[in-house]
Amino acid sequence: MIKAENLTKIFNKSLVAVDHINFSVLEGEIYGFLGPNGAGKTTTINMLITVLKPTEGTASVLGYDVVKQANEVRKVIGVVPQEYTADEDLTGYENIMLCADLYGVPRDIAKKRALELLELVELTEFKDKRVETYSGGMRRRLELACGLINRPKVLFLDEPTLGLDVQTRAATWEYIRRLKKEYGMTLFMTTHYLEEADALCDRIAIIDHGKIIVTGTPSELKDSVGGDIITIAIKEDANVTDIIKTVENVKEVQKENGAYRIKVVKGEVTAPLIIEALRKKGFTVTRLSLTEPTLNEVYLEYTGRAIRDTEESKESFRAQRITLWRARRG
Amino acid sequence: MEGEERMSGTAINECEPSITRGLWALTYRELKKWLKDPVMLVMFVIQPLIWMGLLGKSMNIQGLFSVGNLANNLNIPNIQIPGSLTTPPFNGTIIIPGALLAQQLQQMLPKIGDKIMLNTFGVTDYFSYMAIGMVSMIVMTTTMFSGMSIVWDRRLGFLDKVISTPVSRGAIIFAKVLNATFRAMFQALVILALAYLLGLKLSSTFTLLNVLGILAAILLVSIGLSSIFIAFSIRSTRMERPMQFVSLITLPLMFASNTFFPTSMMPDFIQAIARVNPLTYLTDAIRQLTILQLDASALIIDFIYLGVFAAVLGAIGVVLSWRYLTK
Repeated sequence: MIKAENLTKIFNKSLVAVDHINFSVLEGEIYGFLGPNGAGKTTTINMLITVLKPTEGTASVLGYDVVKQANEVRKVIGVVPQEYTADEDLTGYENIMLCADLYGVPRDIAKKRALELLELVELTEFKDKRVETYSGGMRRRLELACGLINRPKVLFLDEPTLGLDVQTRAATWEYIRRLKKEYGMTLFMTTHYLEEADALCDRIAIIDHGKIIVTGTPSELKDSVGGDIITIAIKEDANVTDIIKTVENVKEVQKENGAYRIKVVKGEVTAPLIIEALRKKGFTVTRLSLTEPTLNEVYLEYTGRAIRDTEESKESFRAQRITLWRARRG
Repeated sequence: MEGEERMSGTAINECEPSITRGLWALTYRELKKWLKDPVMLVMFVIQPLIWMGLLGKSMNIQGLFSVGNLANNLNIPNIQIPGSLTTPPFNGTIIIPGALLAQQLQQMLPKIGDKIMLNTFGVTDYFSYMAIGMVSMIVMTTTMFSGMSIVWDRRLGFLDKVISTPVSRGAIIFAKVLNATFRAMFQALVILALAYLLGLKLSSTFTLLNVLGILAAILLVSIGLSSIFIAFSIRSTRMERPMQFVSLITLPLMFASNTFFPTSMMPDFIQAIARVNPLTYLTDAIRQLTILQLDASALIIDFIYLGVFAAVLGAIGVVLSWRYLTK
């Protein structure tokens, strides 16, 4: 669905925002770009949605080149930008219809679809209110609805929950899942929230300083940093390290303060196997805990630091602040 | 719903973006925003009204030549002409009483005044002259300020969203131009109507058809000015810059033209500026169509210049904005 080869964007001949990245997005999946602010996520999205021209390399959406066939690309994609771009002076309904006009969706279809989308994001009640009066979550939902008015084959979401509180964020994820289920499209999203990538994405690319550092499914990525950690304690006073090591999927065993810290792949499957193996040898497990690594660990592992907040260009910083400010109102 | 799915199932996408629909949608958005803010609307009308009321009425140039202005302190001494200077010469002196001269002058002055006013301004009252200048001014400022909204569109991300849709890039720019033009036309007509109520004297050649001519002239100026201004605004990240630019450029454009005073009385270098200043031609065209006895040849020259102005600046502006939008 989406394919990027050596995609590069250099601003002002010196600032390398995106540095020769390669990736491909498969049909029907949710593909996420995870990285801190200023990593090049938005620049990548802007190139894919034909707003920016790549300095080097190529990208295509549904086989259409984003530079040479930009207009074909624009017809088949939907965009939910990071900022709240709906016109504040217009009503929610008017905003959706404006989008429909820009995409050239036939009028009668557009009207029906606008109402249907408003229903889906639960804004029907507010459709004739000015966007000015909307809360952050409502604005985000309106953006989602606007991005879907042309029934896109690929939907681009740039930081879909930026500035929203935890509950609204979870609700927004729910809307995204619902919309995806309803319309069955491919999603490309960026985020700097690890939970978000974990909760929504089928596959993730971790991006930092304009480069893709690693790609994979959330669980693949977690496994790659050493998998889950099982901690067990046994009743008997004996060293069972060797027994545990014979169990499938076990990678590493450490004895600490009378308990065993075991690094395993697929912890939920392996834990019963370990108990079984120990029981056969006559040992009784008294305590067991299973911790799954979060993307936080993955992120730390690959970038060498926690998700940081660096300043982006002044302009995007300002735009972000406006977005945050609006999100916090109401 | 189901039928629609089947219908759109075969085609990849039923979207048929058209320039006219996109253009209309974007223009309609701007106009809606405008109409939803009546306070701004009123302020835009009040400002020229104040100018017109204060400047137009207080600068009573016509009054300079009134009898009352001379009246009592006109103290002309008797004039004595020695008989030796006349042809044929004679002995004695001719004495013309000063009082008689003063009386004569007082009778002639209003006529001389009217003649001077007519020669300088083309009309006998200054208010009519400057009210039309005000119309030009409102056209210029409205046009520039409307173009400025693109700075906000850019900063709030609206512009980015619009250019990610298949709508024609041209429609994005022209919507702004059209919006500026509509606003300028509307406000110009409001000002004209108000000026008429305040005492603007229409000439005998005025017909309602002339209003169409006025609108045409405004259209041309708006196209030229707003396209170049949008090209400038689209590149600035903050509102202050275009604002500063407007205040920098309005005064010179206003005074180095016939907006408030005829150019023929100005020094050469100002006349040179006035000769290329579109405001000069716009103001003249509107005056020809309203308060002056219509001079077809002058009007044609005005329109030719305005047409060239709109074509050249419009083209430059659109190319520059286009370049920015497709960078």
